[in-house]
Amino acid sequence: MDFYGESLYQAFSLIISADAALTEVFWLSVKVSLTALLIACALGLPLGAFLAVQRFPGRVMLIGVINTLMGMPPVVVGLIVYLHLSRSGPLGWMGLLYTPTAMIIAQVILITPIIVALSCQIVEDLREDYHDLFASLCVPEHIAVFSYIYDARYSLLTVVLAGFGRAVSEVGAVIVVGGNIDHLTRVMTTTIALETSKGELELALALGLILMLKALFINAFGLRIKTTAQVKAYV
Amino acid sequence: MSNVSKTKLVPIDIDGLCIAARDVKLLTNLSCRINGEGMTVIMGPNGSGKSLFLRCLHGLIPLQSGRVEFAGRLLDQSLIKRQSFVFQTPTVLRRTVYENLTFVARLRPEISADETDRLLVEMRLENLRNHPARLLSGGEKQRLAMARALLTSPDLLLMDEATANLDPASVQIIEAGLRIASAKGLKIIIVTHDIGQARRLAHDVMFLDSGQLTEHTTAESFFSAPRSAAASAYLQGKLTTTA
Repeated sequence: MDFYGESLYQAFSLIISADAALTEVFWLSVKVSLTALLIACALGLPLGAFLAVQRFPGRVMLIGVINTLMGMPPVVVGLIVYLHLSRSGPLGWMGLLYTPTAMIIAQVILITPIIVALSCQIVEDLREDYHDLFASLCVPEHIAVFSYIYDARYSLLTVVLAGFGRAVSEVGAVIVVGGNIDHLTRVMTTTIALETSKGELELALALGLILMLKALFINAFGLRIKTTAQVKAYV
Repeated sequence: MSNVSKTKLVPIDIDGLCIAARDVKLLTNLSCRINGEGMTVIMGPNGSGKSLFLRCLHGLIPLQSGRVEFAGRLLDQSLIKRQSFVFQTPTVLRRTVYENLTFVARLRPEISADETDRLLVEMRLENLRNHPARLLSGGEKQRLAMARALLTSPDLLLMDEATANLDPASVQIIEAGLRIASAKGLKIIIVTHDIGQARRLAHDVMFLDSGQLTEHTTAESFFSAPRSAAASAYLQGKLTTTA
């Protein structure tokens, strides 16, 4: 118990004192994950809405592929990005390997299928509701798509939160393409892995606590949104 | 009573309309002329093709064979825009009552804010203006759908069992709205099972049975002496079979 107690005490001390190493790792994690999330949303939400609204040959197969990609192991994503960004890879000339940009690319690949698949499902359900009304009112396609996204905004926000949760807690891909370089690509999850292997549990525990708090905050926020939306009957 | 000259979508000429699904004939060689006077009520047992016929008139279901002409014009996007359709189950956007109406108003810039407010009052929804539409009762939702349908000042209003399952007060409000709109020259076609409502509103009645138009006559003639055995049985509350 002393061991756990001491480690936790040290971890809380690091958090309360806003330890420089911890703060640096925390902000890099947030920056990388938020950037990846923004790019994934910019790609994923319109693509999800497009797949929900449009009918074309191969659509079902494409949705099946995207659903499969949702479960892609992060280390495999890391490996694929590594192969492309390594010096001998097709994009090696860009010199992105072991940079935060490489980590962002990996996270975008990881979370975009989640955002596409879930938003497609949400918009498709709404389309079922609205289809005849919109056909009757001759609503132009672009306004219809905007309306689906606007009216499903609360549900889509929970999708975005799920994407952020996945990005920020991911370790396999970022450690492969980021290299866990101190002051450059070291993020919370990779630091936890490193510090644990070194037996330095204080920093690992502190970051673990922050990750847990972040997960708690995301869930609470998502729940709050859902409750508000239910009260207002917007879901 | 009606200003028929304002309605430019009548007469509606239907010639040889056929719809089938999986080799089952849902509408068989349906031909008739719907004139501009008053409200036309479509009646018939479940599965007789009433809703399908109404949806064909509105372009929601493509014609497989036959022709439908509105005052000599085939149905296109511009004609659909001059029609309104009220569905049996009202679809409301996940917005407030007022936003449900402004959504339509934004699509048609000619709609004024005054007209939106007037319809809210006419449908007795003014106190629910900022209420989430999905929290309305069934009757209130249908009145909202009715207000939305009338907001575009259509030339033709199609109603598919829009007052089924509503309380008498809501039915009364909707019927009052229909009478006002009809008096202003709006052509209205209603599908209903409510014989009382048909008696109150109908100028002429179309009776469908097993996808076939068995009778199209004035309301007076239909209710006093229905010509087809199916219509007679229907009015007497006897079950009729549909293919």
